[in-house]
Amino acid sequence: MPEETTTNPFLEEVMAIPGGERLKACIQCGTCGGSCPSGEAMDHTPREIFAMILAGMREEVLKSNTFWFCVSCYYCTIRCPQEIPITDIMYRLKQLAVRAGYYTASITGFSETFVGQVETYGRSFELGLATGHYLRHHPIQSIRMSPLMLSMVTRGRMSFTPTRIQGIRQLRAILRRAKELGGEW
Amino acid sequence: MRRYAYYPGCSLERNAAAYDESFRAVAEVLGIELVEIPDWNCCGATEYFSLDLLPAYALVARNLALVPADLDQVVAPCSACYYNMYKTDKNMALYPELARAVNEALAAGQLHYDPGRVHSRHALEVITEDFTPEEIAAHVQKPLRGLRLAAYYGCVTVRPAGHDNPEYPTRMERLLQALGATVVDYTLRANCCGGHMTQLDADTAYRMIYYLLSNAARLDVDALVVACPMCQLNLDAYQGQVNAHFGSSFHIPILYFTQMMGLAFGIAPERLGFGQEIVSAEQVLEKFRNPPPEEETAERRPRRERVGLPMPEPFVVRHEA
Repeated sequence: MPEETTTNPFLEEVMAIPGGERLKACIQCGTCGGSCPSGEAMDHTPREIFAMILAGMREEVLKSNTFWFCVSCYYCTIRCPQEIPITDIMYRLKQLAVRAGYYTASITGFSETFVGQVETYGRSFELGLATGHYLRHHPIQSIRMSPLMLSMVTRGRMSFTPTRIQGIRQLRAILRRAKELGGEW
Repeated sequence: MRRYAYYPGCSLERNAAAYDESFRAVAEVLGIELVEIPDWNCCGATEYFSLDLLPAYALVARNLALVPADLDQVVAPCSACYYNMYKTDKNMALYPELARAVNEALAAGQLHYDPGRVHSRHALEVITEDFTPEEIAAHVQKPLRGLRLAAYYGCVTVRPAGHDNPEYPTRMERLLQALGATVVDYTLRANCCGGHMTQLDADTAYRMIYYLLSNAARLDVDALVVACPMCQLNLDAYQGQVNAHFGSSFHIPILYFTQMMGLAFGIAPERLGFGQEIVSAEQVLEKFRNPPPEEETAERRPRRERVGLPMPEPFVVRHEA
């Protein structure tokens, strides 16, 4: 057998996470898509996405909505007969899509607002965050959400003042260093 | 006295305060000492891992590094927090280069974490693994007789870490039975509630929530019992939105397993966070205070006639104590 000569830089990029190399073992059985609770909303099932990655279709993959609809329930991961860490690969695709700029703010906005908040306070601000995200990206739906928000407030379940941890400087230093180190995981 | 490090997580500070209050209350009864991790930070939920991997691991590792040196187990009631800690520890142990990078980041805050030092566990895991149903039953002051309950685990409580069957877990059922409740066979027990999907695509999220609620409604349950603040929030707070969206009229209280334990242990409902739920659990409390007569709660399934050919006696393995 001759050495494998075809190079697929996109595949290498996707596989650069703990356990990611298993992706090469995909047998296209479709157990992942069949197990997915939100698969209906995806424009490509996970099985299709893996075939597309193996075919090096970088742009089509990163522009698809598949991984944004992944709810991280890990059904596919535990059922995959080839033990591919599918959920982690979905996270990986999200990271790559964000870096490539292929996304709409209403989708990644929530993650970004969340991360921004953690870096400011050290803790997340839950529904305050949800409200902010809704108002910014879905102003019309916000009106329909108001009874929910009101009942959360009356039951004392919504905070307006986030808790700031004492070691916020320490946390920021750690995160800053982690970002500098970067690297592919 | 069992001692564990305790990681409440952001949800339990406010939105899921009922879970925090009830867990602390039942822990006290069971003789569990919870040592809160000093100055813990957010675990990043699923959001951090979607954007940047190394900072996501470093964020979780800071909490693990802050676990007091004399403790080797941390318990988290939130499934996302529990799994993030479990995953960070496991991946740091499996991939030394990841551990090195995470520790290099932690060093910027004068911290260090040796993978394997702290074992992360879910609150449900601790309650059902470190205590036998008999030990739990021994603390029951007033059984939950007559209450028809469905146990709902959601996803990362049981997957992929696997302290119970990842497809068909049964621990919460056995726990609720030990409390005296009638437990139904809720087949969607390990399906996903949608997580943060309500923020991304409400139609998809409502469809997932509807699926879970309609199945529970068909089983005629008094309440759906959960072990995760995200499941509770989606099924409880969004139940009205789902009803409006689908024209349904579900009224299913969503309660934490620790609240059910607390009730059976004779703790006052106010100390267990009752009243914080959006879908009122008043009927559950009413039924608990005035259980229906014994015969009505007995198993309704008719006994099968012993007809047909004689069968061999079942083979039973007996474990000697």
